[in-house]
Amino acid sequence: MTRRGIRKVTNVLALTLSALATAVGLFFLGAILWTLLAHGLAGMSVALFTENTPPPGSSGGILNAIYGSVVMTLIGILIGAPIGMLAGTYLAEYGRGSRLSTVIRFVNDVLLSAPSIIIGLFIYEILVVRMGHFSALAGAVALAVIAIPVTVRTTEDMLNLVPQGMKDASTAMGAYPWRTITSIIYPAARSGIVTGLLLAVARISGETAPLLFTALNNQFWSTNLRAPMANLPVIIFQFALSPYKNWQQLAWSGALLITFAILILSITARIVVSALNPAGAKQR
Amino acid sequence: MNSAVIAADSRHAAGQRLRESIFRGATLVAALLVLTLLGGVAISLVKGAWPAFSHFKLQFLTREIWNPVTDQYGALAAVYGTLITSLIAMLIAIPISFGIAIFLTELAPPWLKRPVGVAIELLAAVPSIIFGIWGLFVLAPVLQRHVQPWLIDVLGPLPLIGRLFQGPPFGIGVLTASIVLAIMVLPFISAVMRDVFETVPDVLKESGYGLGATTWEVIWKVVVPYTRAGVVGGVMLGLGRALGETMAVTFVIGNAHRISPSLLGPGTTISASIANEFTEAIGELYTSSLIGLGALLFLITFSVIAAARLLLLRLDRRALSSV
Repeated sequence: MTRRGIRKVTNVLALTLSALATAVGLFFLGAILWTLLAHGLAGMSVALFTENTPPPGSSGGILNAIYGSVVMTLIGILIGAPIGMLAGTYLAEYGRGSRLSTVIRFVNDVLLSAPSIIIGLFIYEILVVRMGHFSALAGAVALAVIAIPVTVRTTEDMLNLVPQGMKDASTAMGAYPWRTITSIIYPAARSGIVTGLLLAVARISGETAPLLFTALNNQFWSTNLRAPMANLPVIIFQFALSPYKNWQQLAWSGALLITFAILILSITARIVVSALNPAGAKQR
Repeated sequence: MNSAVIAADSRHAAGQRLRESIFRGATLVAALLVLTLLGGVAISLVKGAWPAFSHFKLQFLTREIWNPVTDQYGALAAVYGTLITSLIAMLIAIPISFGIAIFLTELAPPWLKRPVGVAIELLAAVPSIIFGIWGLFVLAPVLQRHVQPWLIDVLGPLPLIGRLFQGPPFGIGVLTASIVLAIMVLPFISAVMRDVFETVPDVLKESGYGLGATTWEVIWKVVVPYTRAGVVGGVMLGLGRALGETMAVTFVIGNAHRISPSLLGPGTTISASIANEFTEAIGELYTSSLIGLGALLFLITFSVIAAARLLLLRLDRRALSSV
């Protein structure tokens, strides 16, 4: 074959392989979603949403786990979001360009990719050991620690997208920085910040590892934040590995619920960004 | 202007200044909290692990034994499992991620770019526990029935690498865990690669085409060299994820504290050991040894992630929105 021929063949081969790689990636997403639908839909019933987790062999639902997941995720985001937003504001506005910000930004990026089980151990050490028992509160704090770096990052990115001219105009009117930030910059970056919060919720609502030894699990209905609380990820973990058919079915149904809830959140977040803030469409 | 107006004016200004310092202080405190979080994690892990570290000293790192009955603990098997599963996962994930990034930046028609890109990103949003049950109930049986017997027959008898593919096909084990990990980190790596590939100036690529280069030659000789630091950073970010990944691995690795020469045998990783044993650990030394494993994991992932971030830091942050 001529040199030109070899180059052409290499080109076609490489590009075909890259299309194939994309197909492989999409195939796995499809395979996972298909498995969840195939196994999970069979267990969809009213009882799933109205009854608590049963003992092995009898029927029941996962109401207590759904409640626990929602409560802990909400408390987690209520603690994590304000801290993350304020820290993100510091990085984007007050501390812009300072050495301290560079260090904090780096530390935040490391936290963003840190293994979540390490966060679980951390909260176990500082909360569970001190309180003397597992609790929903400890679980929520662990989730908050995971939500903080996500919120810091998106807040900073979104505030940076606000045109400098708007800030300058506000300053020229005699506004102090806090006034500019709260009355001009936050509203301008609102859709982006909301997206960041949605993504943080999506991230923490599926986390299992940090809950294993903070919130633990609870077979029964409980609203006590100072006691162990049932939650979907840990229920899925325990029930899927159990030998009981009814528990495994509940695990699949729970898995279907949580995955589609998270996917819908993630897709909504993307739509919010591209609809309200075309300039930030690339930002996630 | 009369004096009353001036007085009201300065009162207003004082109020503004007070609010300014409160708000500014609040943002600074929140930012410093992020800084202390990382320090707090490190200190609490070392503190929790201290009984094990001081009892076993260096033997904690060098011994394979893990026996709760005799209270003897060594981290070697878990560390080995963590490193080998992540290594194999990267070998599988890097070429696939590279292919996806090329497809998304150079090949896909505009109408296909966004939906395919979003679908790959959604793979990253799927919780790790879902990968776990899928790996255990779907992937492991398929591997056991169709893939592993073939590996044992074809690769098993070979010299050197044959040892990696011997023994009965369990379905679950080190290889299965590696494959699940590869699927999990591939969206992260391909997202970084895609973002850095898009930072290559069109002029550079067009110069390549102008000289008669094929698409592949432009990618391999212009795009990749231009983005090398970013590509390596993305790979290491994926490695950081793989090293610390917990739930998916816990489901499929078999949880055996030993170093099996075959990739088809069961093993364990640091995070899987902690997830499996922590709530059932009785006695200070057992708990402390598990936290000691956590401290090792923190050290390993911290070095990898920090190195990755330093590499990516050199690039324009604005271009790297996805990491």
